[in-house]
Amino acid sequence: MNVSKVLRDPSLPEEKKSTRAAYGATLAKLADEGLPIVAVDADLSASTTTAKFAASKPEYADRLFNVGIAEQNMIDVAAGLAVGGKIAFTGSFAVFGTGRAYDQIRNTVCYSKLNVKIAPTHAGISVGPDGGSHQMIEDIALMSALPNMRVLVPADYASCKSAIELAAKTPGPVYIRMGRADVPCVYADDAKLEMGKAYVLREGSDVTIVACGIEIKEALEAAEALASEGIEAEVIDAFCIKPLDVDTIVASVRKTGCVVCAEEHSVIGGLGSNVACALAQLHPAPVEFVGVKDTFGKSGALSELMEYFGLDSKAIYNVALTAMEKRDLVELDNRRF
Amino acid sequence: MSNVAGADLNELANQIRIDIIKSISEAKSGHPGGSLSSADIMTALYFGGVMEYDSKNPSLETRDRFVLAKGHAAPVLYATLAHAGFIPIEELASLRKFGSRLQGHPDCNLVPGVEISTGSLGQGLSIACGMAAALKLDGNASCVFALLGDGECEEGQVWEAAMFAAHNKLDNVVAIIDNNGLQIDGCITDVCSPEDLGEKFKAFGWDVAHANGHDIDDMVKKLSVAKRDRSGKPHCIVAKTVKGKGVSFMENQAGWHGKAPNAEQTAQALAELTNHK
Repeated sequence: MNVSKVLRDPSLPEEKKSTRAAYGATLAKLADEGLPIVAVDADLSASTTTAKFAASKPEYADRLFNVGIAEQNMIDVAAGLAVGGKIAFTGSFAVFGTGRAYDQIRNTVCYSKLNVKIAPTHAGISVGPDGGSHQMIEDIALMSALPNMRVLVPADYASCKSAIELAAKTPGPVYIRMGRADVPCVYADDAKLEMGKAYVLREGSDVTIVACGIEIKEALEAAEALASEGIEAEVIDAFCIKPLDVDTIVASVRKTGCVVCAEEHSVIGGLGSNVACALAQLHPAPVEFVGVKDTFGKSGALSELMEYFGLDSKAIYNVALTAMEKRDLVELDNRRF
Repeated sequence: MSNVAGADLNELANQIRIDIIKSISEAKSGHPGGSLSSADIMTALYFGGVMEYDSKNPSLETRDRFVLAKGHAAPVLYATLAHAGFIPIEELASLRKFGSRLQGHPDCNLVPGVEISTGSLGQGLSIACGMAAALKLDGNASCVFALLGDGECEEGQVWEAAMFAAHNKLDNVVAIIDNNGLQIDGCITDVCSPEDLGEKFKAFGWDVAHANGHDIDDMVKKLSVAKRDRSGKPHCIVAKTVKGKGVSFMENQAGWHGKAPNAEQTAQALAELTNHK
């Protein structure tokens, strides 16, 4: 397997941008292409950047609907716009844009299979000081359990642009998970990612690290640290969690024999659960989980929270060693019996 | 569009009631009370010359849209769509059965003429508002009708939609409240009263009319006026109705919200509705 061709030129100087920064600007670009894009937000259009879409051209002002602080109405107004032939993107923060309106997403958007893109920002613990009430760590679980829903978790600005475009051009419901924090640019600016694909960001044969979102940066740093110990980790970006690219993941685990899943989400029902489920059926192997361990978030600086919840590169490094130990024990047992 | 003459409208509404009783009885489950209460409203909409539609072309651009916010009243919608030619009348006997297009609550991916799947209360008016906003963006003069239950108005989302519609001047929305006064646990005023629904919509900036939901001529007039009036306010018609209307032992009984009649009760109900003819 070749390291993905969609990656950013490593000789370019490092650059950081949030995924949410791609939102409004990409909607404007897609509307410029002639797609019937509309956005519905709930008093957070500046934060989510949907306001940038409305402001980009005078004729787009009418294509952003601000429902006020009313997330349930936001989802169903988007549903009605989709029934009327529009490609409707919703906003708000992930905690409200999925959790507050789960029944609307389930019973209207997904049950009717509408062209609504659930695309809130501020997912995960990376909203930091806002605390546990605002740190959404169950959204991947909620959204991936829904029939007809696809789930995209872009890792950086460029892949987020691609995710929004992909969602617009894929009929039916799509969830896009965006964050507030600035994260390093990993993909080439014009990268076109695909639905149902994971991307190998770094090749290695000793341990597989499957990560998504802001954990990509941590995974790549952990891989560097492991490399200095002579351990070659393969880092895979699970850009699309549903449908999951099981072929790419299984091919890697066949080579390495063990896997670490890393996500800024609960360990219950997220990327790790989905990967473990696929491997249990297709290629059983030791799986270790980096994620929030069945608890709510709390206030703090992002770096403090990453360390506290065991989401940083150091945690991934340690868990990778555990995964390899478990693999070696299993192999030893197999040789013995 | 279908235009049935005045006296025949009452007969058609009665036939729809017969179909409701037959299909729910055959299914051995379903919601007769709120289906019967809205049979005259549905007759006015679909057969009184109010709504534009073409059953041979359900996606006709100039059609008026209908949202059954109170999705549990699916039997009245199915019977109406059958008489309007969207589905065969015989299919009504398949209500709620395995493999049927006629799911317990309406599924827009299965039944022609159903614009949107409903069943979870409180969502229909928001969806109607989104549909109306899309029509306005497209310069399409069609109208969106939504039928809500009065108990449904206990859902907070109804008032999120009320606020949104008035703020966005969605005068192409007509919300009809099937004001039968009952919900599963009893009288809406006993369970958790939403108080005066008309005054509430008025306070949100809507144009509000009151009607007798069993006087089809009155409904046709008020629906037609609301449909034509594009003066910037969304429209609400509070239609006073009787839950279980037309079947003596079901009338004004909350217990008949979601219960199928047995064979004996079915025979009595059909005898009453047939004699009424």
